[in-house]
Amino acid sequence: MKNRLRILRAEKKWTQEDLAAEIGVSRQTINAIEKEKFDPSLPTAFRMANLFECAIEDIFQYGETKS
Amino acid sequence: MNTKTAKRKNLSRLAIWTMAWTLSTALATFGSLFLWEGNKVLTALSILLNVGIGVGMVLANRQFLEDSDELEKKVQLEAMALTLGLTLIVGIAYSIMDSTNLIPWDAEISFLVIFMGLFYMVALVFNRKRYL
Repeated sequence: MKNRLRILRAEKKWTQEDLAAEIGVSRQTINAIEKEKFDPSLPTAFRMANLFECAIEDIFQYGETKS
Repeated sequence: MNTKTAKRKNLSRLAIWTMAWTLSTALATFGSLFLWEGNKVLTALSILLNVGIGVGMVLANRQFLEDSDELEKKVQLEAMALTLGLTLIVGIAYSIMDSTNLIPWDAEISFLVIFMGLFYMVALVFNRKRYL
């Protein structure tokens, strides 16, 4: 799944560690999502959308995940 | 408690249970040979203790998984699934090799335990490289 997480995070000037702490996951999870190696769960995606005050579709666009 | 602290605490707890289980396995195995020489009551008690600590170890592992974040869960569960599947296949093949006398020695369960441990570690390293 493609995503704009890195861009949104950069706009807020957050590190991966900052975002991970806000969402309640590990920094490695944020890194794997940004590199599109891992698709987050629905609750995590909702927490991200709430945090960035946008819709889930504004962060994630459906497509094949890199492996 | 943050994610890192919880993970460290769960890992420590799991390590302590695993160490206790290993020691109780050694006690049950070698105790009847060298410490109480064939006393069946003590042997049964040491086995009971071993099983009890084993259950504690499994519960500690479950707690570790429950408190892990979603990527760590995926990495661990994939490694466990691969290990379980391959242990079944290798275990049955090993047993057939023994029963058909393809191997000159008896199939020992310890071989399977070592295989499980080593393969689980390999699968974990592979999955970490894949996702992290």
